[in-house]
Amino acid sequence: MSDPHPPYLYPPYRSTPLRAPSQPLVVPKYGPDAIELSSPVFGHAELGLLDNDLTKQHAGEPLGERIVVTGRVLDSGGRPVPNTLVEIWQTNAAGRYIHLRDQHPAPLDPNFTGAGRCLTDADGRYRFVTIKPGAYPWRNHHNAWRPAHIHISVFGTALSQRLVTQMYFPGDPLFAYDPIFGSIPGEKARERLVARFDMDTTVPEWALAYQWDIVLGATPVED
Amino acid sequence: MTQPTPAQPMPAQPTPSQTVGPFFGYALPYADGSRVVPEWHPDAIRIHGRVLDAEGEPLPDALVEIWQTGPDGQVAASYGAFSRDGHDFTGFGRCATDAAGHYWFSTVKPGGAAPHIAVIVFARGLLRSLATRIYFPGEPGNAADPVLSDVPADRRDTLVAVREGDRSYGFDVHLQGEQETVFFGV
Ligand SMILES: [Fe+2]
Repeated sequence: MSDPHPPYLYPPYRSTPLRAPSQPLVVPKYGPDAIELSSPVFGHAELGLLDNDLTKQHAGEPLGERIVVTGRVLDSGGRPVPNTLVEIWQTNAAGRYIHLRDQHPAPLDPNFTGAGRCLTDADGRYRFVTIKPGAYPWRNHHNAWRPAHIHISVFGTALSQRLVTQMYFPGDPLFAYDPIFGSIPGEKARERLVARFDMDTTVPEWALAYQWDIVLGATPVED
Repeated sequence: MTQPTPAQPMPAQPTPSQTVGPFFGYALPYADGSRVVPEWHPDAIRIHGRVLDAEGEPLPDALVEIWQTGPDGQVAASYGAFSRDGHDFTGFGRCATDAAGHYWFSTVKPGGAAPHIAVIVFARGLLRSLATRIYFPGEPGNAADPVLSDVPADRRDTLVAVREGDRSYGFDVHLQGEQETVFFGV
């Protein structure tokens, strides 16, 4: 299986040249040990009931297009990964993060923080209710804009499966101009970060919906 | 209607990684993320350091996670890393670097012949995460450790924390440059 991940060094994304390691990764002959073959566990008791509904974390309703984002976390064999932690964060509908360092002159929404988390169910399924995020400008190059995306973090069952990535929306005209999306080698691999609009998951009179499965790397075995 | 679960799992292509970006600070860090054990724990040690780029500039937007066994060498199976009660050992810590690129953890020394802590680093500018290990200085088991001995001798020191006095260890992560930390692949 070819490496689906972007290289560390990708000069069009200007933050990479000083941060990418210059030495090749060391692949230990004897493989991972017990700690690397396992992963931290999280429990329902330590997550808030509304952690997976980003539209209910404040007194009022956030502005924007309400959406359901759901899908399954799978291992490379296509087997569901149950009870694993999924965390997301995103801009509001106007393309603004609540983060203090985000200086984009778009409005904040007092009813939207933009952070959520949940555990996958027995079928490996996660589900969030949120607002469709907006595109936003950044300083990578002249007139640089990020396509709308949701940042996502997943644990899996082994440390080597730990994945942080971004989910995009179908047909975004900014794909062709974005060096972060473009850093992924191959169109097929890039497409795997684009969610699918799913009429079957929409909630009539209430929310549109996107399906997006997350496939983690191979489950390593001790040798 | 949601998608039916397929009866037969089919091999699937892995989802590519993307950078954590600069704006995770309000989402991923959490209270007590650095306290794998509370500082008042009788065996608590402090591990801290900076994450630095090729020019030695600190990264104010990196996220460091650690995962380790307890002093008994066993992998923790209890949850509670989000809502720490100060008693159950969960083995997991998460710390965002501050404006000076500094991270810290309060934890215990793991067990085993060559005690070590697994580390994952995320940052703006890292399109995929980096995995490394923190070993401890002066451990007789280090010389025979299969992973440490696999690393070129002149780079081994980048994986060994520096003792700074009683129960405090320094461990800087150099993403690039002369002292570039050894990072592991699978
Ligand atoms: Fe973003």
